[in-house]
Parts: sequence; structure tokens; C-alpha cells
Amino acid sequence: MDDAIAVRDLVVDRGGRRVLHGISATVPRGRVTGLLGPSGSGKTTLMRAVVGVQVVGSGTVTVLGRPAGSAELRRRVGYLTQAPSVYADLTVRENARYFAALHGRGHADADRAVADVGLAPAASQLVGALSGGQRSRASLACALVGDPELIILDEPTVGQDPVLRADLWTRFHELAAAGRTLLVSSHVMDEAARCDRLLLIREGRLIADDTPDAVRAAAGVADLDEAFLRLIRAGEADAGPVTGPNGTAGRVGAAGGEAS
Amino acid sequence: MNPRILAATTGRILRQLRHDRRTVALLVAVPSVLLALVYYMYADQPAPPGQPSAFDRIALVMLGLFPFIVMFLVTSIAMLRERTTGTLERLLTTPLAKTDLLFGYGIAFGLAGAVQATIASAVAYWLFDLDTAGSSGLVIMVAVLNAVLAVALGLFCSAFARTEFQAVQFMPVVVAPQLLLCGLFVPRGEMAGWLQAVSDVLPLSYAVEALQEVGAHAEPTGTMWRDAAVVAGATVLALVLAAVTLRRRSG
Repeated sequence: MDDAIAVRDLVVDRGGRRVLHGISATVPRGRVTGLLGPSGSGKTTLMRAVVGVQVVGSGTVTVLGRPAGSAELRRRVGYLTQAPSVYADLTVRENARYFAALHGRGHADADRAVADVGLAPAASQLVGALSGGQRSRASLACALVGDPELIILDEPTVGQDPVLRADLWTRFHELAAAGRTLLVSSHVMDEAARCDRLLLIREGRLIADDTPDAVRAAAGVADLDEAFLRLIRAGEADAGPVTGPNGTAGRVGAAGGEAS
Repeated sequence: MNPRILAATTGRILRQLRHDRRTVALLVAVPSVLLALVYYMYADQPAPPGQPSAFDRIALVMLGLFPFIVMFLVTSIAMLRERTTGTLERLLTTPLAKTDLLFGYGIAFGLAGAVQATIASAVAYWLFDLDTAGSSGLVIMVAVLNAVLAVALGLFCSAFARTEFQAVQFMPVVVAPQLLLCGLFVPRGEMAGWLQAVSDVLPLSYAVEALQEVGAHAEPTGTMWRDAAVVAGATVLALVLAAVTLRRRSG
């Protein structure tokens, strides 16, 4: 099986409300897949289901060939939570070294992970004293420090300056080129164009699952933001949320090939 | 459980504590200040003939209570912080086993409790002439057992607290009844039967009895060892409950 993640008919309820309505999607190995959608669309819930910390109503989530949350997966999957989850009362270096130790890595790996996110100059500062953007990069360093096969990043570039954002995306593609699989969520559409593949969700339903080029082609516009808007309108016009055979609402660009 | 991960987790918790200098200073200084308070409160009270003085009686029990109360609070707050900042959720997606985290807290704050108990005991024995028939080492041992028990109870209770306000409220709920019924205020044998029965299932009663045994006997007694074993057993039970209530998946 070539997919790093296979989600089938996933239903999740949180706080008495249905958050995911039977989502089915796949994430190919060795690519950067973007999970796009507005705030509250269910991106974080889907990611939590993939890393195995979300109570699931029904459906299956298979990760690297195993059921999500399997003990063995915990050494192969890296997870960046949306809010920076690092210890504010430790330095950047101490945080990275702790998470490195959990993955059986040494100090050198930790220091490299800190340098890779551009935080080497701030390595001996307490995380609590950092800016929001630095703090989320410290958190990112801790997600990458174990060199996991599958990397789940929940909004990793929020609050970063444009140059750093570009650097981070370059880094993500380097990781993918080295055989890692990345699932990166964002609510900023201009980041969608940087992904190899896109999953667009809205209100807990999958609206698109394809390459950026195919999404543009299906919608007939060059701008991805506009393309998504058209897909949403088209979906609503077709008698409310259209559900395809596998729960995919209006899978677009079926003929669209891989973006190069 | 993995020794490398357990050691890394223990080290991480101690490092967090070390960065918080004010907390360390309070941990060390507050027991001594309170001991001084009790010392001067009872300075002019004559001891009943053949009985230990009021200061000896109260200070001995206080040495066991400081680590219990403080470590319970510190653990509850630390664990709540792990939950609210998302570090707990992240930890649970790593190879860390739940026992690595729970024992990491037990060892780290147990060590902190040991330091606190040692310093408080040194002050009590040398500065305020605390007199116990048994050795000060046994007093510290019981104090450390209390600290670890408090960590275990804190880890368990933190599963039921969603906010800092709730976590702080567990202090009177868990600690106060044990404090009132442990035999410090009214000897357990003189309480009403039902109060005695409640007192019998509270682990702090055994810790206090163990301390009183050390105070009254030059050599460690069988009762003291049994009491110490009860406290250790209660700790294991609380840790098991904490492990059961710590869920990898949440809603």
C-alpha cells in the first residue's frame, strides 16, 4: 500500500456536535499534502484522529499500514499541535533535547533540529520569553527532532514572517524529497499552492482531494482561493452537501494527474 | 516503561523546577518559618510530666505534612499545565509510556520532597532542639514516603480538574480531611467509631502514626514498618488509578 494515511468514512463527534461527517481521504507517501479549510472546519480533529489521540465515532484511520494510535506508530509519527506545546519554563534547547530523548536521539540531533527551524541564536532562551512565532518554531523543532516518517503539522507557519515561511516550506519539501510524508494544515490559501496535493475540508466534509493544478482546472480559474470558492458554491448548488460514493463531496478533477 | 525515557522525563521535570527559583526558595524556606512559628507559640507552655512537649509532638508531625501538602499542590498544578498547554497530548503521541510520565513525576517531586524534608528536619533538630527517641533518618524517610504519596494523589486528582480553580479546590477535598482525622488534633482512639473508620482508610493516618512511633521508640518498631508499607501501598494504588484515568484518546 502506497498511501501513508488512509481515512475511511470517519465520523467524529466533539462536545455533542458532529465535527467530521464521514470523511474518506488518502495521503500519499513522500509528498507534502495540504489540509486546507477555514477555522472550525475539522482540520485539527482530523489530524488528532490520525495521530491517535481523538476518540472516533465510526470509520477507520490507517497510518503507515497500521490502525491509528498503535503503539508502534508513536515512534514513526511526529505531531505539531496547533497551539505551541512546548514547556515555557525550559529553554529551547532543553525542550528539543527532551523530545529528542523520547525518540532515542541525542543532543546533536536536538541541536540540529533547533538550527533547522532558525532558532539557534535563541537556543538558550526560555520558551516563555520568546515571541509567538519563535515559540511555534520551537514546537516545530520538537516535532521534527525524532526524524519521523510521517509528519503531521497543524498550522506550522502561523505568525511567521514571509521569509521564514518560505524557508519552512522549502524545508518541508526537502523532507518530502528525503522520503518523509507531510500533512500540513493551513487556513491560508496562498499556502495551498505550495503543496503537492490538497485536501480541502469545510464544515467537516471533504470538498476537494487533488493536486493544486487539478483543482484550478476543475474550477476553471487560476487563483486557488477563487477555485475553492467556486467548488463550495457548486457543492451547495447541487442540493446541499453532495456526498459521493465514498463520502467525498464532489471529488474534483478526477482526470487530473499528479502535479509535477 | 523505558529507563532512558523515564530518566529524561525526571530530568525534564527537575529542570523546570530549577528554572523556577522562587518556588525552590519557597519550598526550602516556608517549612522552617512555620516551624519557628510553632516553636515560639509553645515556648512558654510547660510539657506535661512524662509526655513529649507540645512542640516535639507537633513539629514531628509537621515534618511529615509539609511535603505531603506542598507536593500534592505542585503536582496537581504541574499536571494540569501539561493538559492545558497541550504538552500532555503531544507526549502521548511519542514513545513515552504513561508509567514513564507518572513515575517521572513521582521520582522528581519525591526528590524535591526529600530535599525539603531534610532541610526542615535539620532546622527542627538543630535550631529548635526537636527531641525524638528514634532517628531523624526515619523521620525523613516517612516524609519522603508522604511526598511520593502526595504526588500520586495529585496525578490521580488532576484527571478530574479542568481548570486551575478546580485543581486548587482538590487541596481541601483531599488533604483537609486527612489532616483533621490523622490523630494530630484528637487521638484516633478517642474519636467516634465512624470517624475512626474513616480515619482508618486515609493513608495520612498511617504516616502520622509512623512518625509518632519514631518519636516514642529508639528503634524502628513493627507498627512503624507496617504503617510505612500502608503508605507505600496507597501510593501504588493511587498511581494505578492515575494510569487508568490518563487516557491517550480524548473527545
